[in-house]
Amino acid sequence: MSYIGQAFKSLNDALLVMTWLSDLVNKLLINVFKIDETGALFKGLSFFLYDVVKIFILLGVLIYLSSYVESHFTPQKTKKYLSKFSGFKGNIIGALLGTVTPFCSCSSIPIFIGFTKAGLPLGVTFSFLISSPLVDIASCIMLASIFGWPIALAYVIVGLIIAVIGGTIIGKLDPKKYIEPFALAPLLNEEDALNEESMTKRERHSYAINQVRDIYKRVWLYVLIGVGIGAAIHGYIPATIIESILGDNNPFSVIIATVAGIPMYADIFGTLPIAEALVEKGVAVGTVLSFMMGVTALSFPSLVMISKVIKPKLLIIFISVVTIGILITGYLFNFYGYLFI
Amino acid sequence: MKKVEIFGTGCKKCLKLEENCLEAKRISGSDCEISHIYDLEEITSRGVFATPCLMIDGKVIVTGRVLKASKISEFLK
Repeated sequence: MSYIGQAFKSLNDALLVMTWLSDLVNKLLINVFKIDETGALFKGLSFFLYDVVKIFILLGVLIYLSSYVESHFTPQKTKKYLSKFSGFKGNIIGALLGTVTPFCSCSSIPIFIGFTKAGLPLGVTFSFLISSPLVDIASCIMLASIFGWPIALAYVIVGLIIAVIGGTIIGKLDPKKYIEPFALAPLLNEEDALNEESMTKRERHSYAINQVRDIYKRVWLYVLIGVGIGAAIHGYIPATIIESILGDNNPFSVIIATVAGIPMYADIFGTLPIAEALVEKGVAVGTVLSFMMGVTALSFPSLVMISKVIKPKLLIIFISVVTIGILITGYLFNFYGYLFI
Repeated sequence: MKKVEIFGTGCKKCLKLEENCLEAKRISGSDCEISHIYDLEEITSRGVFATPCLMIDGKVIVTGRVLKASKISEFLK
């Protein structure tokens, strides 16, 4: 392997995979708690401790860094920049911007309305709306730590493709038929579309710290539960059971995984450990990715919010387009997954 | 009397912003009027398109994030 390859692998192992952490946990369990390393209890506990600590460390660092970067992308700047593009290019930029902008799901609707009022094409706004929850910097890196960079990058690219194509399809529809009138009424005067002062470094730092605190508060229980389930799968549930339901031989596994994921609105960070354990037990990569995409792309609370702005027909189209995209992704990855592993 | 308006549909961030505004009012001793707009239609008709949003006398102070009480109180003086 070339020097660069070696260096990257060492860095990757140290920072993302944290092999040192796994070794530390195992040594602790064997030497201090005297647990039999061949037993299921050991496997389960080892996975649990390692994963919980790893996730919290990664989460903290990643959320801080990505929030700091994302704080530069204010709604106004985003809107201004996005309005320069039209047509297919607009969908692409919309999808890309969706990944680096920090808006939480509660503001996705006001943003959707704001973009629409500003005259951004329907399709472009939807590309943004689809990619926003699906892909972001922090979860991409977390994915890399669990599944490796090839899969993480493939996930990002596929997520973007779904966002661009989904947005393009929806863009062919007539907005007036599918959007509530109040969302289409143009802004009274452009003055109202507002100026804000730019953030200082200290403000960005404190914003980023608050995002970390926020995420810890929001997610800690899900992470524990997620890792708990993952650990149980890891240590106690034999591979054969899982493989029969979700393994390569079951052609419906992708559908099952997607359908299971969509109604869930746990944070993606809670599902990652489950995904990790499933993959280790032999579940196909595509199936697992479908599950995670189902969880993130369509969440019940944001669908409720969106339904206030778009009419039922468009809502159904939106959900269908995204779901089909996820299903296709799952099957594709299952077929070609061997290229990545 | 300054008019302080918080725009947000009810998620944690806008509630925190309101909390900080009340605290800022207390710190600064300002005699301002604080109101919270929850309705989506009203929020968007005012030109707000990222919540939470804070306006004082119709001028936007911050969008999309929460400001500390101490920082808000500076605007209230």
